[in-house]
Amino acid sequence: MSSIPETTTFLFGRLSLDSLPLHEPVVVATFCGVALGGIVLVAALTYFRLWGYLWNEWFTSIDHKKIGIMYVILAIIMLFRGFADAVMMRIQQVWASTGAEGYLNSHHYDQVYTAHGVIMIFFVAMPLVTGLMNFVVPLQIGARDVAFPFLNNFSFWMTAGGVVLTMISLFVGEFARTGWLAYPPLSGIEYSPGVGVDYYIWGLQIAGVGTLLSGVNLLVTIVKMRAPGMTLMKMPVFTWTALCTNILIVAVFPVLTATLALLALDRYAGTNFFTSDLGGNPMMYVNLIWIWGHPEVYILILPAFGVFSEIVATFSRKRLFGYVTMVWATAVITLLSYVVWLHHFFTMGSGASVNTFFGITTMIISVPTGVKIFNWLFTMYKGRIKFDVPMLWTMGFLITFTIGGMTGVLMAVPPADFVLHNSLFLIAHFHNVIIGGVVFGMLAGIVYWYPKAFGYRLDPFWGKMSFWFWFIGFYFAFMPLYVLGLMGVTRRLSQFEADTSLTVLFGVAAFGVVLIAIGIGCFVLQLIVSYIKRDQLRDETGDPWNGRTLEWSTSSPPPAYNFAFTPVVHDLDAWWDMKTRGYKRPLAGFRPIHMPKNTGAGIILAGLSTACGFGLIWHMWWLAIGGLAATIVAAIVHTFNYNRDYYIPAETVASTEEARTEALAKQA
Amino acid sequence: MLISSRILTRLSILPLLAMLGGCDIVLLNPAGDIALQQRNLIYTAVGLMLLIVVPVLIMTLVIAWKYREGNSKAEYDPDFHHSTKIEIVVWGAPIAIILALGAVTWIATHKLDPKQPLTRIDASTPLPADVKPLEIEVVALDWKWLFLYPQQGFATVNEVAAPVNVPIRFKITGTTAMNSFFVPALAGQIYAMPGMQSELNAIVNREGVFKGMSANVSGAGFSHMNFKFHGLSQQGFEEWVAKAKAGTDTLDRTKFLELAKPTEKEPVRTFASADPALFDAVVNRCVEEDKICMRDIMHIDMLGGGGKAGINKEQALRMGLCTPNAPYGSAFYSPIREDVTKNEEKQAG
Repeated sequence: MSSIPETTTFLFGRLSLDSLPLHEPVVVATFCGVALGGIVLVAALTYFRLWGYLWNEWFTSIDHKKIGIMYVILAIIMLFRGFADAVMMRIQQVWASTGAEGYLNSHHYDQVYTAHGVIMIFFVAMPLVTGLMNFVVPLQIGARDVAFPFLNNFSFWMTAGGVVLTMISLFVGEFARTGWLAYPPLSGIEYSPGVGVDYYIWGLQIAGVGTLLSGVNLLVTIVKMRAPGMTLMKMPVFTWTALCTNILIVAVFPVLTATLALLALDRYAGTNFFTSDLGGNPMMYVNLIWIWGHPEVYILILPAFGVFSEIVATFSRKRLFGYVTMVWATAVITLLSYVVWLHHFFTMGSGASVNTFFGITTMIISVPTGVKIFNWLFTMYKGRIKFDVPMLWTMGFLITFTIGGMTGVLMAVPPADFVLHNSLFLIAHFHNVIIGGVVFGMLAGIVYWYPKAFGYRLDPFWGKMSFWFWFIGFYFAFMPLYVLGLMGVTRRLSQFEADTSLTVLFGVAAFGVVLIAIGIGCFVLQLIVSYIKRDQLRDETGDPWNGRTLEWSTSSPPPAYNFAFTPVVHDLDAWWDMKTRGYKRPLAGFRPIHMPKNTGAGIILAGLSTACGFGLIWHMWWLAIGGLAATIVAAIVHTFNYNRDYYIPAETVASTEEARTEALAKQA
Repeated sequence: MLISSRILTRLSILPLLAMLGGCDIVLLNPAGDIALQQRNLIYTAVGLMLLIVVPVLIMTLVIAWKYREGNSKAEYDPDFHHSTKIEIVVWGAPIAIILALGAVTWIATHKLDPKQPLTRIDASTPLPADVKPLEIEVVALDWKWLFLYPQQGFATVNEVAAPVNVPIRFKITGTTAMNSFFVPALAGQIYAMPGMQSELNAIVNREGVFKGMSANVSGAGFSHMNFKFHGLSQQGFEEWVAKAKAGTDTLDRTKFLELAKPTEKEPVRTFASADPALFDAVVNRCVEEDKICMRDIMHIDMLGGGGKAGINKEQALRMGLCTPNAPYGSAFYSPIREDVTKNEEKQAG
């Protein structure tokens, strides 16, 4: 590929007016829309004088509940961007299958699917999972916050920093055109000399720091901050899955950081880790990135399994079947997830023995996963099942994830994978398990814990509509892709030779995407309608589902300090145990509660890191070095902040608890 | 409402199935014996798994329906949360299936290893011992495929042919990004990587024109990186070869470097003759006259390396060259080699 010499200036690096997509009407129109929306939002916030509120109550908050909510809001915003990419792809493929060029050439289409993958995994699924774990775990273990509240805030803003860089790439420069894992040599400096892969690298490095620190935070929280009496085998299953997830995060995210750092060195310093000459080997990158990549998908699915365990037990009005087995199955899945990574590249030519080993380990993982499904079914068995919206999502999951898991085990057989690898069959499989497992799980979790977070339930009608459109839409959107894969259609194609059978199948898939779009619309409507009708949907007791775990013992929403007194736990399903034994809330003897203070250091540090990232991307070395130096200085300055805690006076605690006592009395 | 909507979803699949009548589902109706064995493997694996999946799906629907809140006739046992018998079954049944599938995997992965030479022509015809496979060398370029026929001495771009029922041995490499050589009707795919040589053994069992592609994204022209694979009768193949060799174009190193420049939607073309050393030079990344071949670098490294002097290409070559005075190359006698020997002696003694 020819290397066009770049003009760089000291002040702007390789940034110039050419970096703006002024010749692309679609992007310009998008920018205008985004800018307009942004101006309206800023104007509204200013008019209603909400900046102070936002800064003091949310952006600088170190409260795990608020941070969890911010993660989920970030994820839902990015869901729109990632879904827009999906719609664009479906339209292009159905159009191009008629033999026409369509409206997205390879230059754009390649960015669209790369951005779609990066956004959906890193900026939708991960924040959803992290947000839910952040909100729920401290409440479930009877703690007042996570182990490192400031770090929690900082982690969130680092994730937001990654989002900012990715979103900027749409309007300034371009994004990577390599697929979401950016294999070299294509992602190396020779074949991707532009800024796209650099946006990818630095966006993920910044967000990755956030995720890694979040993993450390939650791991320590679960290990050290459980309420007295809550031994490991008395923890709720969601906390167990959170524990295993965070072990995975702590163990594998450094691999992603190191691998992207090596790629960055190849691109910036002329090293040869992943080049084809001078001793490099791109196959090393493929191995390293999937050593991270496979545990990553278990990081996404394990919390979803945890969510479903809580929901199935609660809505079947029964204790979870086989708690011990569930725990062991989760642990086995966690361990096995480290020894399956090669199944992502059986076709790279490792030879029969190596392929067989990894194929068999991949199949072994399906055993504990299947056990979990059976345990959920036997929880429902002889239960009294209430099909509220969270339970509907669970039913959708049980059916969809089973089918997706089956196609996964099919591709774990190496010779079968040789004909299915990188085809639309593969695409259908992983969307099958990610949508059926992670998305359904996170949406179920949001509906389930929404009353706890905001004090009112979500409107059931729009919730049901959202579920049915997602569920039916999923099948229309992805079952044709299984057939297309069997027809030998490979992934990431923007152009086709004219073929009516392709057009029919792509057409059905596009119809499915329309249904999913309606499903997303219904979900948003659900949020809006519920807010309007919040007084009718109010959760007065804090326990709207007759729950089994400790978070339901608090008010909805819980006070800043979560628990006036740290609960003492005697059994599994601690809250259910308390209810059955006639637990009475203490009404006196409140003491002042030690709480951490809000701080702006997190958003400042993340902002400086993001500026450093932007400088690195555009070769604005003064900004890169300056941003990094400023980040370090700001971090050191923050360590001298001794004014970081306060006490909630006993009187305030008492009056908060009294208000709750009155509310509960009115209910009874 | 729950069940009827589920029935609706099931019914919506019917028109889809009807439409499948017009589709060429090549993986389920392949033209090559390897792909056929892979298809049978898919059926076996899916069949084994359906033994678990179908009962699970049925159980899901039945349990959900039977134990719904509105059904007061169903037994409600809130304390039923453990049963050793059930645990044995839910661990045992999947383990049994996976053991079976694992055994199938072991056997099939070794039998269908792309490097494994063919042992049969099709399900009913073993391969005679004296049959020599047709050798085809494949080079993935930006964004087209070059096919070299070393036994016949010519080359083609974006078109490949083979006689029916004759085993083919593909030797595959790349030049720039990672591609994947894939003819779905024939056999599985295998990555085409610069500096590496992959091997794929396959056979075509019936005449026809089959689609070939790259199955790993490699840049701007990836969508058009398609080629045609022709299964021909023996006579048809000889005619195809003769036609290719009747042209005037020759593929030498200079032509190759021309061809290697990035182009998209490259039309089919043939080269009447091709440099027999070209493929090896491509694999060793030394088609350009001024580049040292990878095998020479590896040779020098194996002898202990050229040391700092080895940075100079000529010096490095001289270190690795075998001469009557230095039968293993002069690097064998280099100071670095002395250290290597000393370490070996230290470890032994």
